[in-house]
Amino acid sequence: MPNFEHPEYPEATLLHLESMVPCRESQVSSLLSIFGEVARSILCIWVDYRCSTKMFVLTNRLKTNLNLPHVFVNCVECFTSRLLLEEILTQLQSLSSEKKHGSHVPCDTFNDFVRLFKQEIITQDLQNQTVYIVLDKAEQLREMEANVLPGFLRLQEMTDRNVTVIFLSEIVWELFRPNTGCLEPFTLYFSDYSIGNLQKILSHYHPPEYSADFYAAYINILLGVFYTVCRDLKELRHLAALNFTKYCEPVVRGEANERDTRRLWKNIESHLKKAMQTVYLREISSSQWERIQKDDGEPGHLKGLSAHAHVELPYYSKFLLIAAYLASYNPARTDKRFFLKHHGKIKKTNFLKKHEKTSNHLLGPKPFPLDRLLAILYSIVDNKVAPTANIFSQITSLVTLQLLTLVGHDDQLDGPKYKCTVSLDFIRAIARFRLKKVYYDTYNTPKIT
Amino acid sequence: TTTLTDYFSQGKNDSEDSGLRFATCQLLWKQINSETEKIQEELNKQLFDNLIHFLRQSHSELQTKKTEWMCRMKSSEIPTAALVLGVNVTDHDMTFKSLSEVLQDNVTPYVVSLQAKECPGIKHLLQKLMGQLMDCNVDVDSSEEEECVNISQKKIRCSMASLSKWYESVTKKTDSETPSKKRTSSSRHWQSPPIVVIFKDMESFTTKVLQDFIVISSQHIREFPLVLIFGIATSPMIIHRLLPHSVSSLLCIELFQSLSCKEHLATVIDKLLLTTQFPFKLSEKVLQVLINIFLYHDFSVQNFIKGFQLSIVEHFYSQPLSVLCCQLLEAKKRVNSLSHNQCENIRSLPSFRRYVESQVSEKQIALLTEDSFLKEVTQTLLEDLHIYHENYFTVLRCLHVFTTSLPKYPLGKQIRELHCACLGKSVWETEEYESAIQLLRMLAKDELVAILQKCAEIFISSSGKQFSNTVEKLEEFLARFQNLEETSEVQDVSVSSQKELQKTTDLYHLQKTLLALKESKRSKKLTKFEMLRFEVVDFIDSLVRSYLAPAEMQTLNEVVYFNTANTLREHLNAAPRIALHTALNNPYCYLKNQTLKSDVGCISNTAPDICIVYKLHLECGRLINLVDWLEAFSTVVTAVEGTDPDAVATDQVDEIIHARFIRAVSELELLGFIKPSKQKTDHVARLTWGGC
Repeated sequence: MPNFEHPEYPEATLLHLESMVPCRESQVSSLLSIFGEVARSILCIWVDYRCSTKMFVLTNRLKTNLNLPHVFVNCVECFTSRLLLEEILTQLQSLSSEKKHGSHVPCDTFNDFVRLFKQEIITQDLQNQTVYIVLDKAEQLREMEANVLPGFLRLQEMTDRNVTVIFLSEIVWELFRPNTGCLEPFTLYFSDYSIGNLQKILSHYHPPEYSADFYAAYINILLGVFYTVCRDLKELRHLAALNFTKYCEPVVRGEANERDTRRLWKNIESHLKKAMQTVYLREISSSQWERIQKDDGEPGHLKGLSAHAHVELPYYSKFLLIAAYLASYNPARTDKRFFLKHHGKIKKTNFLKKHEKTSNHLLGPKPFPLDRLLAILYSIVDNKVAPTANIFSQITSLVTLQLLTLVGHDDQLDGPKYKCTVSLDFIRAIARFRLKKVYYDTYNTPKIT
Repeated sequence: TTTLTDYFSQGKNDSEDSGLRFATCQLLWKQINSETEKIQEELNKQLFDNLIHFLRQSHSELQTKKTEWMCRMKSSEIPTAALVLGVNVTDHDMTFKSLSEVLQDNVTPYVVSLQAKECPGIKHLLQKLMGQLMDCNVDVDSSEEEECVNISQKKIRCSMASLSKWYESVTKKTDSETPSKKRTSSSRHWQSPPIVVIFKDMESFTTKVLQDFIVISSQHIREFPLVLIFGIATSPMIIHRLLPHSVSSLLCIELFQSLSCKEHLATVIDKLLLTTQFPFKLSEKVLQVLINIFLYHDFSVQNFIKGFQLSIVEHFYSQPLSVLCCQLLEAKKRVNSLSHNQCENIRSLPSFRRYVESQVSEKQIALLTEDSFLKEVTQTLLEDLHIYHENYFTVLRCLHVFTTSLPKYPLGKQIRELHCACLGKSVWETEEYESAIQLLRMLAKDELVAILQKCAEIFISSSGKQFSNTVEKLEEFLARFQNLEETSEVQDVSVSSQKELQKTTDLYHLQKTLLALKESKRSKKLTKFEMLRFEVVDFIDSLVRSYLAPAEMQTLNEVVYFNTANTLREHLNAAPRIALHTALNNPYCYLKNQTLKSDVGCISNTAPDICIVYKLHLECGRLINLVDWLEAFSTVVTAVEGTDPDAVATDQVDEIIHARFIRAVSELELLGFIKPSKQKTDHVARLTWGGC
């Protein structure tokens, strides 16, 4: 017996459906109840989901299995309203007719869309059915013209046809609600899969050569490692597939049988932990990971992306960056003390102001004018620096390399301001001289508890 | 219309052989340019091979289904190559150009390069992408040109769907084509060639564009094989900074690193400068300017080569005798056809004058009066110069082998540093050389033997025959080191037996013998090895002294050496601020008007208004009071005209002077020296400091 019942659909279809979308019984049955009532007009359904990608598969399968006329559009892909509307119309054309791609329909405005939509419903002979429009990644609609979202919400009203719009989004409806002309959609939440659900779904797709129990044990170990950092089903499935051959190794070699879970666990656990630090973060690619497994080598010799953090810079670029860093994190009033040879005596109590007791690092970089940058540069470089065109172009190229950012306007005449965006570690790596002497925060050790 | 040649002949010097000079210059540059391209190609070969291998593999992984299950479970990631190229952004264009050529030749016709400034939005990116793809289709099949033109004329809908439709149609077309035609294309390209998208400057792309593009294309990855190449200037960390995990998890990123620009430069210097292949040479100062620009400012090999090109042009343009700067045989021929003026030019060369002075008096007279004799001598001198260079580079490489093995590298780690040291002055007179020789005298034996072997190889491979003696000598040294090994063992035995003898004696005797030993150590005779080591070092020293004499000492060096470093510096490392300051502070420097010649401290009223205003503003603080400034200005301007300054001071300022002042101030604002300030009324803020 299927978990969800519906008078209009045969049992076999429902059973098949259940096997396709495990662990979503309640949501599916409520969706089914809505889809079922063909005659009644449901305006819009807002589906809210966290477990992204899986969701569109779900609704898609529902539709195809139940043979409902539907249109499925991804809003990221159709990045302008024009593309979006045209895509809907094109798909609508190909709904009943046999040809794969409908001909191109020019459609510029929402008004045109409503007109063409009505026409199309008549030509396709869909008056008596409810047409479903599914908009995936609906948060993109906010970036389009102001009338698109309200327009879709009131599509039924405007076309006077049986049409249901389903928005799929990762963001709650409250953040979308336009100011005018909106109809409240029916909202349906899809909660995160629980660990039990994940276990069930992942084990469901076990490889044909191994038993379900064996694979379930593997999934159990996998979830034990990864559940704390990742709950994305798609990613977990990917990781499970990547590491499964390693898990099977002892069995293949005949050192352990399928039920020897302890030995299998011992074999895989450290391997999975390594995977969490490397392949999961995309420090090394999946194909590289597979190659390492095949060669049975240590991943140690293959450095991840973060290992190549060092950047080699020309001499003056280095000093410019250091000067920019100092200008960003030292208060301007301390410049005199750090960079002037005869700065006179400054009392320590005055020097460290009370409100600046928090580490400048917690506050982030502050903008500084070009002149201050150059002044600090002149004082930290030992020999004399001529302000040549090359120096200025180096500042600009540091900006294009995103090591500095230009703050506000980029009018060169009006004294540009910059911020330094690199970290202390980065600066330490390139600064060979002792940064300590001229770095304010060393006088002001942060107390983080 | 004036051509390049005309411009060349209009030079400040007499137009001696200007046409020939120009032709020689062009030819030389052509040779050097093709050489640099060859170097570039060789250096990139490894990287490109790796990339092609990666593309091939990524492609096959997408196609072949290892196991049904694995394939279904694994999410289909977009294969991505993160190409770290270093911060020398100006060189990247070259690399990408040759990369896409290589890819088009070997992998796929569908290579697209995108630049951040062309793609402010996802729409532009797709437009650019599809535009380039549709175009390259024309290249593949010329027969279908008409159809393709039609497609591109029709307004393309910029969406991934139409792209995948296009890809389907293109690959199908090649499949159904006549086999005879297909073979030519498919032998180079694969059955379904991947679409390679190169992001030339990853850092400059906005996050949103990249994210959207990756998200969209990941949904179509099963429909056409897409491969991304990220050109990264800083570090691959930028990928994580630009892309959130949800997006980067759609990618299968592999890292590729290009050769560091410093190694690239070292190869370029080795192949272009430290060789007799090209007659043109750079003097120490010029080379130092070029290297400094490279190390201090841009790390750009392209700019280095551009600077080299500039020095070639400048040399042939300004030095009339550069006509002789060509291959030796050709130069000898050209000497015969030199005009009298050119002979005078030779006579006025400082190095030639030095040479004349060292000759006996009859010969001096002949050299200075007879053109034909001069030409004869010049030919032999040119030959000497050529031989000097041949020897110089060989011995330089040999000395470099020695100096790189020393701790702290007193003469520099790179051969270019050593080259600079030898070019400028007699290297053996420097302190660094002295300490290097001291250190050489302390080398261990196995090190010394290895170095000697390397040196012998260098001398053998050098073209000069004059080194056969040197090679023999080196081999003799090596043989003696070999012999030493056998004899030293015998010595050790005798020493140890001596020690045993000492053990038996009583305390008094022991003390005595110890004292004697100490004495003998002080005036100790050198061991055989030490003697030999001294000999080797002295031999090297003699080589250096005889062959590494500075180029300036060579007669006729001006013919092949370009040494006006100042011109080059002015052109390549311009200082706009200083130039502007000089123009405003000392207008005589540019206007060359005698009335403007003035002492340093005072302000002349004959100078242009803007100069007066500028000089006055230099004396002010951060905020400048406009009224005071105007008064000062009018005082300066009227200083000579008005004989009675008191009367002027009390009166209102003349309207014309007021207008002139306002104009000058606004010009100054336009140049970026001041800006209006809101802090105080009637004040402007200064924007520059420190005099320049």
